[in-house]
Amino acid sequence: MGSDVFQPGISAGRLDAESYADHFSDLHPRLDPHEAIVAADRCYFCHDAPCITACPTDIDIPLFIRQIATGTPDAAAKTILTQNIMGGMCARVCPTETLCEEACVREAAEGKPVLIGQLQRYATDHLQEQGIHPFSRAAVTGKTVAVVGAGPAGLSCAHRLAMLGHEVVVMDARTKPGGLNEYGIATYKTTDGFAQAEVEWLLKIGGITMQYGVALGRDVTLEKLKTEYDAVFLGMGLGGVNALDVEGEDRDGVVDAVDFIAGLRQASEVAEVPIGRDVVVIGGGMTAVDAAVQAKLLGALNVTLVYRRGRARMNASVFEQDLAASKGVRIVTHAVPVAVHGNGAVREIEFEYVDDAMKGTGQMLRLAADQVFKAIGQTLEGEELPALEGRKIRVSDMGQTSVKGIWAGGDCASGGDDLTVTAVAEGRDAAMDIHSALTR
Amino acid sequence: MADLTSNFIGIKSPNPFWLASAPPTDKEYNVRRAYDAGWGGVVWKTLGLDPHVVNVNGPRYGAVYGADRRLLGLNNIELITDRPLQTNLDEIKLVKRDYPDRAMVVSLMVPCEEDPWKYILPLVEDTGADGVELNFGCPHGMSERGMGSAVGQVPEYIEMVTRWVKSHTRMPVIVKLTPNIADIRKPAAAAMVGGADAVSLINTINSITSVDLDLFAPEPTIDGKGAHGGYCGPAVKPIALNMVAEIARDPELHGLPISGIGGVTTWRDAAEFMALGAGNVQVCTAAMTYGFKIVQEMISGLSEYMDDKGMTSVDEIVGRAVPNVTDWNQLNLNYVAKAVINQDLCISCGRCFAACEDTSHQAIAMSEDRTFSVIDEECVACNLCVNVCPVEDCITMEAMTPGETDPRTGKVVQRDYANWTTHPNNPSAKAAE
Repeated sequence: MGSDVFQPGISAGRLDAESYADHFSDLHPRLDPHEAIVAADRCYFCHDAPCITACPTDIDIPLFIRQIATGTPDAAAKTILTQNIMGGMCARVCPTETLCEEACVREAAEGKPVLIGQLQRYATDHLQEQGIHPFSRAAVTGKTVAVVGAGPAGLSCAHRLAMLGHEVVVMDARTKPGGLNEYGIATYKTTDGFAQAEVEWLLKIGGITMQYGVALGRDVTLEKLKTEYDAVFLGMGLGGVNALDVEGEDRDGVVDAVDFIAGLRQASEVAEVPIGRDVVVIGGGMTAVDAAVQAKLLGALNVTLVYRRGRARMNASVFEQDLAASKGVRIVTHAVPVAVHGNGAVREIEFEYVDDAMKGTGQMLRLAADQVFKAIGQTLEGEELPALEGRKIRVSDMGQTSVKGIWAGGDCASGGDDLTVTAVAEGRDAAMDIHSALTR
Repeated sequence: MADLTSNFIGIKSPNPFWLASAPPTDKEYNVRRAYDAGWGGVVWKTLGLDPHVVNVNGPRYGAVYGADRRLLGLNNIELITDRPLQTNLDEIKLVKRDYPDRAMVVSLMVPCEEDPWKYILPLVEDTGADGVELNFGCPHGMSERGMGSAVGQVPEYIEMVTRWVKSHTRMPVIVKLTPNIADIRKPAAAAMVGGADAVSLINTINSITSVDLDLFAPEPTIDGKGAHGGYCGPAVKPIALNMVAEIARDPELHGLPISGIGGVTTWRDAAEFMALGAGNVQVCTAAMTYGFKIVQEMISGLSEYMDDKGMTSVDEIVGRAVPNVTDWNQLNLNYVAKAVINQDLCISCGRCFAACEDTSHQAIAMSEDRTFSVIDEECVACNLCVNVCPVEDCITMEAMTPGETDPRTGKVVQRDYANWTTHPNNPSAKAAE
């Protein structure tokens, strides 16, 4: 523990250098070859394996694990990447405990699934660190496709289209590619600049032109894209953040959790990222947990995650909740914010406890807060978009929107679980549908 | 704690677990450690004439692995002792003096002439050893020089040498047999006729464990070349059990004591060998894999088993399964069983389904929710599903009750025993009398 953890207010450098390095190292370091063989040996090579069914990208998990077990990790990587071109990132950020590893029969047998996620990373790292790109482009078709958003959905779509021979232009409002892989995921889940390395590796397919600082609606219109390209894929994610709608929300120190996380990811030195002594995070999803855990890792003395419902309803998995608890985050449930107190800057935030039906109980809770991170969901921004379903773009199973020639996928589209892996699957499937439409 | 005392052809030991003649019994230091760990007896690594042999200076062993790099099979190209004869004799004498209650048998391999045997046997007797084992089994190296399995593959030589040995020593003589032969009963019979007090089997099996795919050379590789070795370990146990049983159930070999060798790793393996007629067992690979301490599990395990069965002597196990080893044509064709899957134990891996659907009788159904169930109309009770299931006792074979109708054949299960010899499809069937 550094000397400055008791320092009131918001300040940087609360910890010593060693603590920062330790806190922001890989959550799950890569398996070494021996660990990988031992882990791979546990796979039963199930028939029609439940882990495949549980994977949104349908990776043939038993096959790739057998390929690792027999000493061919690059073949394993190709099996993975054929289904999921961002298999490297998904190996790091997938909530495997609610996907493949939950379905693993050894979870049923012994409560200890095969380490599918870590084995996937072993294989994809092995291939990618050699700079090998195992795919090549088909004959050029002469068709061009615009992809809006260089996140998992857009890049997955772009890679598949390029592989099939189309020319792809990917535009993104930010200055770097990757989307939430680059800006939205906890630092300890993707260390050493992996998000950028993965994009560089992905672009080796060729046929993809990247345009940065180009935002839909601001720099280019959907109508224009529709006219100039043979097809358009929308994968720009959710740009807006839901508001708390309580008194005092505009006080200094009340910020969006996604901005805090993005700032931390982009910081050249985590030690230079200021954090409050007392931090309150509002929300119950992955973003809330990522923000709360990282606040703690930055040296905040007290971090409280407040969720309006019970733990079972939290979108963050039990693993994530336990991770937060193990880092010292206090989780408060059944409480909704009613006011942000302070004089200019936030000093305290006040909650009311509610029952399971979200009805107020009249019992109040006040927490000291130098910072309040809002993580209560994001919203789609933009005008003149295809028809919506709820608050997202309505799409078919293959990503078709209400407008002919425009597909969508990832967080901005209906369906899916707002996971990296779902976005990759949706981008890939839309690409196949675009391909079939363009070559009909 | 059951009494595990063993008396094998007059050689007494506190338990029936002996270390086989092999690298672990090559010298005083190892053998003392073995006795201290609890081994009932030791067969000292094979002695030969001076000048002593030499071994290769590269790898001597090759391996076959199961999951988690568990050693399932080991192959070796090590020869007999590569130390001077007198050194070994001196050490044997010292160790036997200090451990009088343990069995000390000395393995021998000298040229196939009478004089060398006449020379070496008194030297061994002088050590106070309890007996000798004739190494007619080693399949590598020594066999190229007309010894080991080169003798063991010719029954006439076995008989001749055994007779020489019996005429030149008062010690009990065990003849160790090679499995690299078509019918194990022939060399066993030769040993018996020659006057052997017992046979021990199996020695190792000719083998190449793997091929180095960069060097294109067999393993273990010595400077780019490899020679076949002798295979042992858990992988050879089924072969050894069958050979032991073949001898034990042969009427002409009745009463020939057997020391069981071949992949014995646990107390259960030992009990199985004994049930098939072995009076005791010899162990090597398990000790080489895990060290001498494994004997403690073998002692406690066999003891617990005997207590559970109410047995007071290891001899009560010996040969107990022999009457149930028979020929195929004696098996009851009226016995009908069906696989049953215990849904509480099933983890839904589907391996039984893949095995049955792809390679057997399409007798397992798979539902949308991955419930696997047996289709009795198709099940021939082949047991493959039991064998591939990763969960013990999840799938079992349940016998049908006589009087029930087998849904596969539509025939009523008969109470009476009927085998192939009387089956109507057998062209040479005899009418039941």
